[in-house]
Amino acid sequence: MASEFPQNHFDLFRLPVRFALDRAALDQNYRALQGEVHPDRYATATSAERLRSAQMAALVNEAYQTLKSPVDRARYLLHLNGVDTQEETNTAMPADFLMRQMEWRETVEDARAAADIAALEKALDDLKREAAEFETQLHTALDEKNDHARAADLVRKLRFLDKVRDETELAIETLET
Amino acid sequence: MALLQISEPGKSAAPHQHRLAVGIDLGTTNSLVATVRSGLAVVLSDEEGHALLPSVVRYLPGGNVTVGLSAQAQQSGDPQNTLVSVKRFMGRGVHDIADIGLYPYRFVDAPGMVQLNTAGGIKNPVEISAEILRALKIRAEKSLNGELAGAVITVPAYFDEAQRQATKDAATLAGINVLRLLNEPTAAAIAYGLDNAAEGVFVIYDLGGGTFDVSVLRLSRGVFEVLATNGDSALGGDDFDRRVFCWMLEKAQLPPVGPEDTRLLLTKAREAKEQLSTRSEAHITGVLSGGDVINLTLDNATFTELTQHLVGKTLAPTRKALRDAGIAIEDVQGVVMVGGATRIPQIQRAVAEFFKQEPLNNLDPDKVVALGAAIQANVLVGNKDETDLLLLDVIPLSLGLETMGGLTEKIIARNSTIPVARAQEFTTFKDGQTAMSIHVAQGERELVSDCRSLARFELRGIPPMAAGAARVRVTFQVDADGLLSVSAREQTSGVEAHVTVKPSYGLGDDEIAAMLQSSFSHAAEDREARALREAQVEADQLLATIRAALEQDGDALLDAAERDALESSMTALQSALASAERDAITHAASALNRASETFAARRMDASIARALTGRKIDDLKV
Repeated sequence: MASEFPQNHFDLFRLPVRFALDRAALDQNYRALQGEVHPDRYATATSAERLRSAQMAALVNEAYQTLKSPVDRARYLLHLNGVDTQEETNTAMPADFLMRQMEWRETVEDARAAADIAALEKALDDLKREAAEFETQLHTALDEKNDHARAADLVRKLRFLDKVRDETELAIETLET
Repeated sequence: MALLQISEPGKSAAPHQHRLAVGIDLGTTNSLVATVRSGLAVVLSDEEGHALLPSVVRYLPGGNVTVGLSAQAQQSGDPQNTLVSVKRFMGRGVHDIADIGLYPYRFVDAPGMVQLNTAGGIKNPVEISAEILRALKIRAEKSLNGELAGAVITVPAYFDEAQRQATKDAATLAGINVLRLLNEPTAAAIAYGLDNAAEGVFVIYDLGGGTFDVSVLRLSRGVFEVLATNGDSALGGDDFDRRVFCWMLEKAQLPPVGPEDTRLLLTKAREAKEQLSTRSEAHITGVLSGGDVINLTLDNATFTELTQHLVGKTLAPTRKALRDAGIAIEDVQGVVMVGGATRIPQIQRAVAEFFKQEPLNNLDPDKVVALGAAIQANVLVGNKDETDLLLLDVIPLSLGLETMGGLTEKIIARNSTIPVARAQEFTTFKDGQTAMSIHVAQGERELVSDCRSLARFELRGIPPMAAGAARVRVTFQVDADGLLSVSAREQTSGVEAHVTVKPSYGLGDDEIAAMLQSSFSHAAEDREARALREAQVEADQLLATIRAALEQDGDALLDAAERDALESSMTALQSALASAERDAITHAASALNRASETFAARRMDASIARALTGRKIDDLKV
């Protein structure tokens, strides 16, 4: 008897393989799945069952986190299509994006030096907006134009933004403590 | 026995039998035990009607030990042998304890976890905590009139690996079957959420005697999903007492005081703090051992000033938790206050101001954690149709590895939902390198030296290759108790190494075994008889579970040959049981466990398919 375990994260949650996401369906199916496999359902089970439950629950968590995050979801879709996003190796970026990058970093650096938490919080909001714009473009590239090269490019840009966001959050945390 | 706990509503998976299960809140100041009786969570009191057991252990010469109120009554008279707030030392070394000079104890200077020299010998925090847990176990078994099947033990959400492992070890030492380590704020959320049919995003603000936790949860139809947690595992009501204690020394112009007077003044400080929750000033009077009389008045304004920065120290983690959860203050439906220290009026004010809403105080902040743990224990042990409660908790601190240059590479980020497993590949940096040393650390800082070191192990026997050619895959797994295991495997050769992380300040399995042995011989309990009884109970449960599973799914999921094989393993276990030989029973039980693996896997796959099809698929498209 073959295992019926789904082939990919989208199938696991019975969702179509695409970037646009029905978040309510993802959440609901995630909870339904955890309701079946979570170790709390197997607390007094045999060791073999507890181990399997932990593995399954970890897999369901991993799949949920991947689909929930737009950049991880896009990377995963590209991976399913055999496209490597080359985030470590391909750091070539258009000049205007690099300029934006430097501006972001300067803003954060200045706010940090001035201990201006409000300015850092505003920078976070701006970053979020910028990321949302890239995510809209990802939807177009992946679901409508099937343009993998463009999508991989957007994933790399979002990765840059993530790094700036991490630095900004770290700056806020450091100032708060 | 899960094979069996997956069941459709209305079908009972395992033979119906009520199992005794409790929730235990092992607190810094007080500990409690609760259970679910006739569908209602209740705290179990001692024979005199006291619900709270002071977390105080006194060691007397000759091996006698007292726990609770009677020990507490002696704390000023015998401060060096009467140990309070030992939770602050769990999983900690001497140099981890910042204010060590303020404790009236005889610390032993030794590597590893803190040890204390007492009239009963040298004791570590695990052994001391086990005394408290044992007292609660005895209370519960008397009150429930039977042996406990298991317990859920609560820990501060911000406890790290070493502190969690130490807590679990203490329970093992006390002879308690740990069903789950449950985070205290999550336990409180269960009790609060189920009581109030709460839906939406809630913040649990939990300031106990020695620890502070803040958790952000989304509550939705019986699912308790922790979005983020943060805190400070060395901040609590005790620190407020210490501020008052230092103020008293200064005000009364006292010279440095001895252990007896330290304990006396700390007790006076705690009483003053408690009085200020309902009054505007507190009078502090007492006579020190040298005859000095203290007579002071502490007003609310002074107390507020003295402890202002402590209140501030709780707000930074609160902000972090909200940011990690991606939740704005306006999105918070309610703020539930937990822990005795939240009775302090200025804490109430600070929290109300921060969240722009009055905090919720309609639960007893001392009892809510134990009640939530009892509800969870009742579900875990299988007394309740568990489909109406699901907890999705997170790890509080990131887990990672040391890489080149003493940097930390995070493998699992803080606030990841557990259980979680994640792998990362590393390579060799020298030609012909045949071993790789792996250093596991926990924390958020960039330098590994600023994080807590958890374990070091080596992967050996890598075949010599050019630098960068080996592919070492390191896998981190965190289970539902929040405990970590790490394995490493060289991909091209298949060489493997595996460790269940025993934190550097943890106790080795052999140390635990030695402590168990001495505690059993101490209690004059027949270890062998007990082990046999446990093996028999487990074997009986295993058989019952598999029988029930076969009845339910045997025909659908197994062919005749598979079923025969499983049934002959069952017969083998039954004959072993008849022999009353422990080794034979455990052998036959593990053989049956192995034989049931395929069946278990198929049942789980079937349940997954069922979760998303049939009855539930219709709900999805609303």
